[in-house]
Amino acid sequence: MGNQEQMLHDIGVVDFVLVDLMLYLDTHPYDCKAMEYFNHYSRIKNQMSREFSQKYYPLTKDMAESNKEWRWGMAPLPWEGGCR
Amino acid sequence: MWNYEKRLQFPVNIKEPNAKLAQVIISQYGGPDGEMGASMRYLSQRYSMPYREVAGVLTDIGTEELAHLEMVATIVHQLTRDLSMEEIEKYGFDKYYVDHTIGVWPQAAGGVPFNACEFQVKGDIITDLTEDMAAEQKARSTYDNILRLIKEPDVCEPIKFLRAREIVHFQRFGEALRITQDKLDSRNFYAFNPGFDRCESCECKCDKM
Ligand SMILES: [Fe+2]
Repeated sequence: MGNQEQMLHDIGVVDFVLVDLMLYLDTHPYDCKAMEYFNHYSRIKNQMSREFSQKYYPLTKDMAESNKEWRWGMAPLPWEGGCR
Repeated sequence: MWNYEKRLQFPVNIKEPNAKLAQVIISQYGGPDGEMGASMRYLSQRYSMPYREVAGVLTDIGTEELAHLEMVATIVHQLTRDLSMEEIEKYGFDKYYVDHTIGVWPQAAGGVPFNACEFQVKGDIITDLTEDMAAEQKARSTYDNILRLIKEPDVCEPIKFLRAREIVHFQRFGEALRITQDKLDSRNFYAFNPGFDRCESCECKCDKM
C-alpha cells in the first residue's frame, strides 16, 4: 500500500469509529466516557483529513481551497478503484 | 461518502398552516420533476460518466438536490404541522392524511407515488446530460407554476431560491455538455459512447459512421 492509500485507509478506520460513536451517543447523550472517546478521535480525524487534503486532494469542499487549478474537480472519484 | 450538516440551505420559517399549498408543493418532493428524482438521477448517472469533471458536477449538483429535498420537506412539514381536523377535511387533505397523517411522503400533487421511472440513467453521457438539462427546466417550470399559486412571502422566498438554483444547474449542465463535446469528434459526436466503447479511434469509429 502506498502512503496515499495507507492514509486514506487510516482516515476510514478513524471515521468509522466516529460514525459508530455518534450513533451510540445519539441514544446515550450523557455517557461521558463515550464523549471522551469521540473528542479524542474527532481531533485525530480532523488533523488526518487536513493533512491528506494538503498532500493529495481535498476530501470535502471545506478543504478544497485552491490557487492555480480547482483541486476538488481534479480529484479521483471514490468509485474508480485502484489501477485498471 | 456523505456528511450531514444540521441546517437548511435556505431558511424556511412558515407561520400559517395551509393544506392546499402543501398538497401542491409536495410534488417537488416526490413528483415527476421533484427533488427526489433530481438527486437520484444525478447521483446514479455518475458511475458511467467517462470524464471526471462531469462526474464531479453530477456529484455536487446531486448533493445540492438532497439539500433542496430537505427544504421542500420542511416547507410541507411547516404547512401541515398545525392543521386542525376541520382544515384537513375542508381543504381535501383527508385523502393524504388517512395514509400518512401529517408525515412527509414522496408523492406528486395528484397523489401518484414517487417512481424511479421519472428519471433515466442511459449510460451515455450525451443522452444523460441532455436529460439533466431538460430536468432542470421542468423543475423550474414547476416552481413557476407554484409561485403563481402563492402569495405568502414566507413560502415564496424559499421557493424563489429553489427556482433560481434550477437555472444555475441548467447552466452548469450545459457547460458539462460542452466540455464533453470538446473531447469528442466534432464531425460525429455519436461515433462511439465514451462510457462504453473501448477504442476511440480507428476501426470501431469507421464502423459506426
Ligand atoms: Fe436542480
